[in-house]
Amino acid sequence: MATAAVTTERENYLNAEYGIKSWLLTTDHKRIALLYLISITFFFFVGGFFALLIRLELLTPAGDLVLADTYNKLFTMHGQVMVFFFLIPSIPATLGNFLVPMMVGAKDLAFPRINLLSWYLYIAGGLLMLLCILTGGVDTGWTFYTPFSTGFSNTNVTEAGLAIFINGFSSILTGLNFVVTIHRMRAPGMTWSRMPLFLWSTYATSIIFLLGTPVIAITLLLVVMERAFGLGIFDPTRGGDPVLFQHLFWFYSHPAVYIMILPAMGVVSEIIPCFSRKRVFGYKAVAMSSIAIAVFGFLVWAHHMFVAGISLYAALVFSILSYLVALPSAVKVFNWTATMYKGSISFSTPMLYALGFIGLFTIGGLTGLFLACLGIDVHVHDTYFVIAHFHYIMVGGALMGYLGGLHFWWPKITGRMYPEAWGRLSAMIVFIGFNLTFFPQFILGYLGMPRRYWQYPPEFQVLNVFSTAGASILAVGYLLPMVYLLWSLRYGKLAGDNPWGASGLEWTTQSPPTTFNFDETPEVTWEAYDYEHIPLPMEVTLER
Amino acid sequence: MSDSPLLVEHPEHDNPALLHHFATPEQQRNTASLGMWLFLATEVMFFGGMFCAYLVYRYWYYNEFAAGSRSLDIWLGTINTVVLICSSLTVALGVKAAQLGKRKQLVGLLLATLVFGVAFLGIKGIEWYQKYEEHHIPGHSFDVSDIIQNYPQIHIDPSHSQIYFSLYFAMTGLHALHMIVGIGIFAFLTYYSWKGKYGPEYYTPIENGGLYWHFVDIIWIYLFPLLYLIDRKPLR
Amino acid sequence: MFENLPLWPARASTMAGNVDLLYIFLVLLSLFTCVAIFITIVVFVTKYRRRLDGREAQQIEGSVLLEIAWTVVPLGIFMLIFAWGAIIYFQERVLPRDVAEIYVVGKQWMWKLQHVEGQREINQLHVPANRDIKLIMTSQDVIHSFFVPEFRIKQDVVPGRYTTLWFRATQPGTYHLFCSQYCGTQHSGMVGQIVVMEPAQYQAWLTTGGAFGSLAANGASLFAQLGCPTCHQSEMQGRGPILSEVYGNPVRLEDGQTVVADDNYIRESIVNPSAKIVSGFKPIMPVFQGLLNEEQLNELVAYVKSLNPPPAGSVNSPGIAAAETKPQQP
Repeated sequence: MATAAVTTERENYLNAEYGIKSWLLTTDHKRIALLYLISITFFFFVGGFFALLIRLELLTPAGDLVLADTYNKLFTMHGQVMVFFFLIPSIPATLGNFLVPMMVGAKDLAFPRINLLSWYLYIAGGLLMLLCILTGGVDTGWTFYTPFSTGFSNTNVTEAGLAIFINGFSSILTGLNFVVTIHRMRAPGMTWSRMPLFLWSTYATSIIFLLGTPVIAITLLLVVMERAFGLGIFDPTRGGDPVLFQHLFWFYSHPAVYIMILPAMGVVSEIIPCFSRKRVFGYKAVAMSSIAIAVFGFLVWAHHMFVAGISLYAALVFSILSYLVALPSAVKVFNWTATMYKGSISFSTPMLYALGFIGLFTIGGLTGLFLACLGIDVHVHDTYFVIAHFHYIMVGGALMGYLGGLHFWWPKITGRMYPEAWGRLSAMIVFIGFNLTFFPQFILGYLGMPRRYWQYPPEFQVLNVFSTAGASILAVGYLLPMVYLLWSLRYGKLAGDNPWGASGLEWTTQSPPTTFNFDETPEVTWEAYDYEHIPLPMEVTLER
Repeated sequence: MSDSPLLVEHPEHDNPALLHHFATPEQQRNTASLGMWLFLATEVMFFGGMFCAYLVYRYWYYNEFAAGSRSLDIWLGTINTVVLICSSLTVALGVKAAQLGKRKQLVGLLLATLVFGVAFLGIKGIEWYQKYEEHHIPGHSFDVSDIIQNYPQIHIDPSHSQIYFSLYFAMTGLHALHMIVGIGIFAFLTYYSWKGKYGPEYYTPIENGGLYWHFVDIIWIYLFPLLYLIDRKPLR
Repeated sequence: MFENLPLWPARASTMAGNVDLLYIFLVLLSLFTCVAIFITIVVFVTKYRRRLDGREAQQIEGSVLLEIAWTVVPLGIFMLIFAWGAIIYFQERVLPRDVAEIYVVGKQWMWKLQHVEGQREINQLHVPANRDIKLIMTSQDVIHSFFVPEFRIKQDVVPGRYTTLWFRATQPGTYHLFCSQYCGTQHSGMVGQIVVMEPAQYQAWLTTGGAFGSLAANGASLFAQLGCPTCHQSEMQGRGPILSEVYGNPVRLEDGQTVVADDNYIRESIVNPSAKIVSGFKPIMPVFQGLLNEEQLNELVAYVKSLNPPPAGSVNSPGIAAAETKPQQP
């Protein structure tokens, strides 16, 4: 206990200053990361609450729990809150904010005050979104398709559009900060080829933030202005083109999927080498595939529009490009698997999440091949097949990565260990609950159940009951970590500086780190994932 | 934080402009500069969405776009273009003055930039007011019967005209918003230049403010021909 | 075998079998890939799990050969899937010749269907089996989507333009019609039935409710009522172009371009005549945007199309009834 007492007294970023002001005006990237962690957790449970109501309504074929209008608002707000206020900021704004400066060996991000501004923009957008929800909500679907959103919906479309518009600037500034930090703030010796793969994927994500987000911002602004002034840009009765909106919308919103999945891939690329005690297999291929995903991701948007009335040849081009973007994802899966070959594998909680990620992402990715395939997409487009597919990517993939990362770096962030047994249990619950929720939806989709249906023909009920049952298990799986992670803040075992014996500069400082991360600027003389030369701490050695 | 060992590490730390997390002023300058360029890249995409909409509709509704373009005041537009180009010149000279440490010259040039900027907005305001009087602002009182009468030889659909004017106001409005932000930045820069904050060792804010100003200027250089000069040749 | 838990909807169109074949191929391929990856992972994590014997991980850098292999092999498979899917898509999108037409109007929240013979239906569409049917669809408010799972077809229905879809039902029966593009409050209530009938039964059905007169005939009276014949005269050149033999043929425009007068062109020329002015004419026709509802527009389009003389060797009318009088080409 003597060492424990000493450790708690060490100065770190958490106890450097006290008081609400020291948090709300902080420019420390780690404190901002925690501000984000708290706020996105709040929105996650808001969005999750909507999801549960949706699943409860779908328990029976008749629309009997809520009114049709209420249901439409529920799935719209579930989508908007989850996509824009949870998934997009999830890993980049929390883990990314915390880790990017530490991984490059810097004291902070390049623009600490802009980083704080990002959080305030996020909060401003989030508050507006809450206001929108509390004053009646919005019912356009998260996709805002025109002319429904511009001329027909009489809900709070303007508020929702502006909330996402403002939130977009938060993303842009975060992305800008990361790109500049990775370019300009690397410690001596931290060459591009020595960077952890999490940085590569964050870099790729940030490029999408920078180049994609402005387009959705201006598009939603046009929707808001069209509602306010009747411009007619998307209104077919006045010569506008509603399908143009879809092009502009998906130009961002398809790459946005990669905003969600790329950081999770980065997290997995950290966890698997650590718990296999091995250098990642094919470092260059994994790094370059992140960049390839970001680049190709911008060229596939119209695969959301195969039945929207685009030309035959446009459809062909976008179909073939969609297959090209699938390649780098496949390469990553193969490399992660190969990393485990002849490793020394332990099944700690982060590793379980990472393995779960590979499983769910593989299924999500393979079903993506169905959707990129023109002949199949015509049938399954806008059905539950699509819902299942993107939940496998965005929840099965991104959220598993996020939870895995949160557990992996929790000792670094808080200085405490979470209870390992509970961690493994909830990882299993999430995995089982997730599959039970979403796998039946693939079948439902192929059987023809359209998405966004408040009531449905009775023959679809059995599968929907499975799905709702799974959702309730999933809810437990998400609530558990919330409880035991909070518990660990006070009662968790004290973590050493490097409890996993992990590589990476962030593990060379104390836990939790000091305000400026490193006592002196580190000099990197080793390659990434140099597990051969990192001793394994005793307790980890004994753990299977 | 003043007793942090980190501060001792950098011999340059007597430079008050060097922020704690940078090793050298050069690193700080490069960082700021890269940040600005990336920000401008996002700005390009931001306007890009509108340019895309513009291209589609100009291709579809050429008559309405040409007639709408002719209804704009080409002289005010040209003057504004000249004003903005002049302002870019004063900005460029201002950056030079900052690098050379000529404080008075810098303040004078920044003030001149501010004057040009305000003049641009003033002229733009006059143009918008004219459009308001002509009922060319999209909305309930939108009315282009005057334009239709002017060009009996071509068919003009009022709702397509409205798309032209919507894009006109959206694009010039967004540009004006950037001008207002730019004027705010330059007022700030002028104040601190007058206080003597910038000199040969530290002129990054002037340089980056200048980059932003040039960018806003370039956007106008595109907007001017796209909106004003679609088809100026006299109709048969 | 799967009576209580089917894996796919009934196959009731010529397209369904093709789509299902590709689907089953993809399912098997995915299953194989998943099993291969999962087994590999399970083998690795059990064989190389951390033991107390002090065995350490073997560091392996990677392998260029493997990287190339697992890039090129999937690429090859992807291209195969792409090509297969593209072929089906072409079949779905390219209209067969000699196809019967039905007009579809989507509105919040119902489907209105107009048969060329004059029958009108709401949320229910009767069609004969073994006949190529083309749907000419538009919406009078927001975007909807016409989806028949048992036919494996779907097409968004977009306001302000026509989109088309075709199918050939094979099995008599009643099938789902869904709106699959979210369209507001009663989106899930915008459902209906496709009733596929034996051709003879269909003939009988056609004779039951024909109080409306054929679509083209209704179009003709609307045409007269709106005063169109003052300019569009049938014999000699008036102030507007003669409309017979316009449909399906190239039209030379005032600006020198040439377009083919398809359904969308005729529709646009009614609602927004100045968009494409025929060479030699002045833009004097009034705009009918907002003055005609979508069903009336369909009648006018059907009328203009009916002005074409029947091409030699082909069916003389796009109507299903007319086609049925002739022997079917299999």
